[in-house]
Amino acid sequence: MDGRVSFDADPVIDFESPADEDGVHDSFSQLIQEQCHDLHDVIEMTPLDLEEDSRGQITPQPILARNRPLRQEVTSDSSLTDLCVSDDVECLEADSDAPQQTDHLIGERWSSDTLKVLSSMPSRTIGRSRGAIISQYCNRTMQLRRRRQSRPSIQHFPRSARPSIRGYGVETDAAGFEEEENKRDRLVNNLQNLSDSDRVRMLRAMPLSLSEKKELRMLVLNKAEHSVSQNQIPCCSQLKYYIIIALRHGWYGWLSFLSSLQLWQTALKCVGGRFGTGVLSYFIFLRTLLFFNVFLFLVTGLLLVVPQAITHPDQDQNITVRSSWGLEVLTGAGYFSHSLLYYGYYNNQTLQTGHSCSASGNGTSCSSGLSYNMPLVYFFTIGAAFFITCIILVYSMSKSFGQSFRIDKSKGLLAIKVFSSWDFKVIKKSSVRLQRANIGTQLKELVAEVNRQEQKFPVLQRLFRLFIHMLAWIMCLGSTLACVLAVYYFSEHMHGDLRNRTQAASSDPLLKEASLLAVPVVVSSINLLLPGFFNVVAWMEKYDSPSMLNYISISRNLLLKVSVLGVLCYHWLGRVATDPQSLGLECWESFVGQELYRFLLMDFIFMLLDTFFGEFLWRVFSQKALKRKRKPVFDIARNVLELIYGQTLAWLGVLFSPLLPAVQIIKLLFLFYMKKVSLKMNCQASGKPWRACQMTTIFITLLCFPAFLGATVCVTYTMWSITPSAGCGPFRGLKNMFQAGKRWVHRLAAVNPDLHWLASAHSYLVENPLFLFLCAGIFLIMIYFHSQVVDGQRKIIELLQEQIENEGEDKKFLITRLQHIHERKRRVTPRPVKGASEACSYS
Amino acid sequence: MGGTSSKLPKDLLSEYQELTFLTKQEILMAHKIFSELQDRENGPYSSRVSMEKVLTLPELKSNPFRKRICHVFSTSDMKDGSLSFEDFLDLLSAFSDSATLEIKSHYAFRIFDFDDDGTLDARDLEKLVNSLTGETDDTRLTAEEMRQLISNILEESDIDKDGTVNLSEFQHVISRSPDFVSSFKIVL
Repeated sequence: MDGRVSFDADPVIDFESPADEDGVHDSFSQLIQEQCHDLHDVIEMTPLDLEEDSRGQITPQPILARNRPLRQEVTSDSSLTDLCVSDDVECLEADSDAPQQTDHLIGERWSSDTLKVLSSMPSRTIGRSRGAIISQYCNRTMQLRRRRQSRPSIQHFPRSARPSIRGYGVETDAAGFEEEENKRDRLVNNLQNLSDSDRVRMLRAMPLSLSEKKELRMLVLNKAEHSVSQNQIPCCSQLKYYIIIALRHGWYGWLSFLSSLQLWQTALKCVGGRFGTGVLSYFIFLRTLLFFNVFLFLVTGLLLVVPQAITHPDQDQNITVRSSWGLEVLTGAGYFSHSLLYYGYYNNQTLQTGHSCSASGNGTSCSSGLSYNMPLVYFFTIGAAFFITCIILVYSMSKSFGQSFRIDKSKGLLAIKVFSSWDFKVIKKSSVRLQRANIGTQLKELVAEVNRQEQKFPVLQRLFRLFIHMLAWIMCLGSTLACVLAVYYFSEHMHGDLRNRTQAASSDPLLKEASLLAVPVVVSSINLLLPGFFNVVAWMEKYDSPSMLNYISISRNLLLKVSVLGVLCYHWLGRVATDPQSLGLECWESFVGQELYRFLLMDFIFMLLDTFFGEFLWRVFSQKALKRKRKPVFDIARNVLELIYGQTLAWLGVLFSPLLPAVQIIKLLFLFYMKKVSLKMNCQASGKPWRACQMTTIFITLLCFPAFLGATVCVTYTMWSITPSAGCGPFRGLKNMFQAGKRWVHRLAAVNPDLHWLASAHSYLVENPLFLFLCAGIFLIMIYFHSQVVDGQRKIIELLQEQIENEGEDKKFLITRLQHIHERKRRVTPRPVKGASEACSYS
Repeated sequence: MGGTSSKLPKDLLSEYQELTFLTKQEILMAHKIFSELQDRENGPYSSRVSMEKVLTLPELKSNPFRKRICHVFSTSDMKDGSLSFEDFLDLLSAFSDSATLEIKSHYAFRIFDFDDDGTLDARDLEKLVNSLTGETDDTRLTAEEMRQLISNILEESDIDKDGTVNLSEFQHVISRSPDFVSSFKIVL
């Protein structure tokens, strides 16, 4: 769009001599004549079409009776003149025969006739007139009907109800009114032929007033009733009709029930009203995580915890409840280590009918032949939970991608900013003021940026900036590396320490338990302190664009969290799991579960501390001591990353501790209210622009890609290749957890020889990597095709855009010619072309 | 419409549900709020609520486009921006969560089209920018900046180069801005 020829400033046809002008004029009217001939030919061939089409034209006048005052130039003249390229050229002459009447309007410099033509162009009437909307939707219903092919069309309608170039003629008010009635009839007809759900959707999406929609609906329903009574439908289809109505009512009821379940509706509204969409996206993200955890909790709770709790195993008798209750809540050890919280408590029996029935007294499990194979259920529950979470995540990620990154990537920053930057949710006075100031400065900056030509820094300064960036990255990477090494060696040290304590056996158990908390405390404090350090470094760098700053801060924080988690996973799966005897562990899975519980809890406690010290005390300090008026700004990116970190821990831990999602749910609930209160007390709306939608997409992607994928890889690795502990858990005695399925399939095949194929299928499909490779290959091919399709669409979009630009040129040409003809006919004081066309952009 | 009885008839309620993007609860809530507005109206009882009273709602009170919103959604013959209950529902429906991008952008276009002529021309854009930035001197754009800004906006969005932004061009711009749907919302 670089080579824009502006309508106003550009003399399209640069003719100087009147002779030349005449020539052009002649050729123009010749063109019009020819066009008319052609059109007449076409019209004669399809008389029906013409009739329909002329009905489908736009009538701006009567529509405006609703409430929109048309611009004066138009309303002052009751008979509207349209662009009469179509049927009669006489119209051009007729119009310009009365120059005296319109002379007083030429104050606009652009003649009133031209203005009239301009303002009655279809592209301009859609935005304001009811008739245009109706015909547009008439058209759409037609298309929908054709697409659905639900019923054969009863009548033949014109190819397009949208006014084509043929549809223009002179028209009067009365005719216009009739036109509209006609169009409405057609729309009603079309609507009636749609299926119920389509009709509802169509009516709902029409930008008409409710009373008009009501009228339309009544007309449609009346007609439908009429036709129904004519046809005398049999009673069974009447029954069907009633059932459909009842179902629809039920569906509406269900929908409104669901929407009444909308969690924290008012709280979110309050936050959005004060802090805008950016901060709101943090809370919505938190709510999304909560739903993920509720889902996980429901699945594991119903399928694992409840059946296990019903059948009391006899292993929990030798538990001694110790006094250090408070510490046990923190460490998750002691009393908790032999409870439903951890993997080790679950047994590997098949909860049969028969003997477990008498113990539990549960009627449902007593029903004949029902067996509950705990290892298998454990395996499949975790697998299915991960699988469903994966599908939900990928789905929401792709949806969000589709919304936020359109294929058409042409720039339009200023227009977007002006048209869609106002947040209508913001209702607090001071926030409105802030929002205004923000938009004002942003617009000023953007305009200045457009003006500024490629600012050239001197070489030295550029080198200096490069050096600063390098230094900043080196500092960040170096500190991350140092932290990772610290965590690595510290966890190794604590591991050795724990081993010594177990071997010594004489040390204080309280101290031993407290020492378990050391690693989580260190990791959480690293997570708390290093982002602050990164912020300082970023402040030193002085990035120009705030979005760049966001991305860089996110990537640094992410790098830190991912590498720390990687080291921890190595610690658990590499050190603890391979050599559980040295720690005196009977059940290393429970130990890892406890560790994850501790990390989750410590993360929560540090978040509390951060909220208190980082937000509350800092606000008090900066307001009282530094006498600053401003409150700190809520750091969305860092807070969201912390949420993602916590969720990764929860996903990692669900295998070792099926009730960990419950802990996470409690944590998130607390966090929501705490952050809400802290936000209201301590923070103010941010001055930075926040592209909420793109950021949400990025957060969901981060949640999916490193967080969920990492957790899945770890869990799969554990299931696939680590030997579960022999003394506890549902998988005791197996080489790996994966064998539970295999063993079951083989047993099934042994009992029932007909199912032998199942065993071979299992070994082929699941154990053979070829199948996995095949799946991945097909997946990649699909992605490739999809990207090719998108590429093709982009090309088509470019072509269409070019075509629109050409059409714009044509329009400009026609209008300029029209103006010329008027001026020549009028023979009043001649005006320079340039001056006249300048006003056009302001018309 | 609707104000005389304190409760909405059931069939009307389901009709409203079918024709708007609102849920049952939202319609009932809107009805309650509208009845309160009607009660506060002094003077003889009418089915419409004057613009002044509508603008006392906290959701609209400090919105810079509040008057335009009322004018766009009002079906009054007097063109005074007063709203009937159905107009009020229309308003809430367009600003609701589940309304489509298309209907939202349509009404946004009409709200921004200050002179109701069906296109956004330079004057509309100027008014729009002024409403966005406020009229105080420190936030307001200078004349030169305004001219620059408007010519840039037209350059970016006016595809057919006729000097104004029409509805389709407006919707084209809006469709590239994913945040619009989430920010063009008013929650009761």
